[in-house]
Amino acid sequence: MDNLTKAEQRLIEAIQGGLPLVSRPYAVIGEQLGLTEAEVIAGLSHLIQVGVIKRFGIVVRHRQLGYRANAMVVWNIPDAQVTEMGQQLGQFEGISLCYRRARHLPEWPYNLYCMIHGKDRNAVLRDLDKLIATYNLSHIPHQVLFSRRCFKQSGACYTFQPSKVCPQRAAVGG
Amino acid sequence: MDAIARKIINQLQGDFPITEQPYAQVAAQLEITEDELLQQLTNLLDQGLLSRFGPLYHAERLGGGLTLAAMPVPETDFEQVAAQVNAFPEVAHNYARNHELNMWFILATEQPERIDEVIQEIEAQTGLPVYNMPKQAEYYLRLKLEV
Repeated sequence: MDNLTKAEQRLIEAIQGGLPLVSRPYAVIGEQLGLTEAEVIAGLSHLIQVGVIKRFGIVVRHRQLGYRANAMVVWNIPDAQVTEMGQQLGQFEGISLCYRRARHLPEWPYNLYCMIHGKDRNAVLRDLDKLIATYNLSHIPHQVLFSRRCFKQSGACYTFQPSKVCPQRAAVGG
Repeated sequence: MDAIARKIINQLQGDFPITEQPYAQVAAQLEITEDELLQQLTNLLDQGLLSRFGPLYHAERLGGGLTLAAMPVPETDFEQVAAQVNAFPEVAHNYARNHELNMWFILATEQPERIDEVIQEIEAQTGLPVYNMPKQAEYYLRLKLEV
């Protein structure tokens, strides 16, 4: 974002690895950055308000929490209908995200992606059947891509100074 | 995982307070002490159930690049290619999936133009085509997972 201030950039860098687990975490961050606790609080509140921070809290590892099956379901939907269908599918209880993405013709005609998480594959497939029945999607070409393995799961890392290296860039298995 | 840990996970996936003593505030809602909450969060992190406690950024609003990419990787070369791809710091997630396009990864870069460069570098290193599937619209993102 072009209008991020230097102070905001430093805040973003300082908390990306996680918030300190101490009683006054924003004061600790302030000490690191030479800001007051109130400045850190105001800065973070602003970043949340403008949507640079989408969410602030626990970031879970879903596999370790028992959600072992995840399927990416991809659909080939006529362009004229994809917005409406995407909005409909996004309302469905079992779906965690729903995006429109670029096709890769001719090999990859799919333009709508839904993620379904479940405790096991059968649970995911039951959700998918329900989805297809609810929205009359049986005529829409689709594929179900279950994940077999997660090789890497690390948060993105943001630095605003070319020389700086991200501390948490090491790969995390999962 | 005990009942308190479950409650913490269900309640704290977002909307963490930005106040002077945020943990104390959340602990009060959960009817536990601040120390107990901090200890529980430490344990959950140590056990690897949480990847972190902090912000989830909107990559595009930060001015960075973000995309989903896929590659068809011969099964016999899979481990080697996974190591090559994961060695790129821009690769944030990488999943094996059951399809001819069997490797799916998220690229997150500080500069948007770096996406195409990384894709070209991965193609050059692996000798395999990378399909870039950038997001064109987001209809829904449900970030919570009940435990």
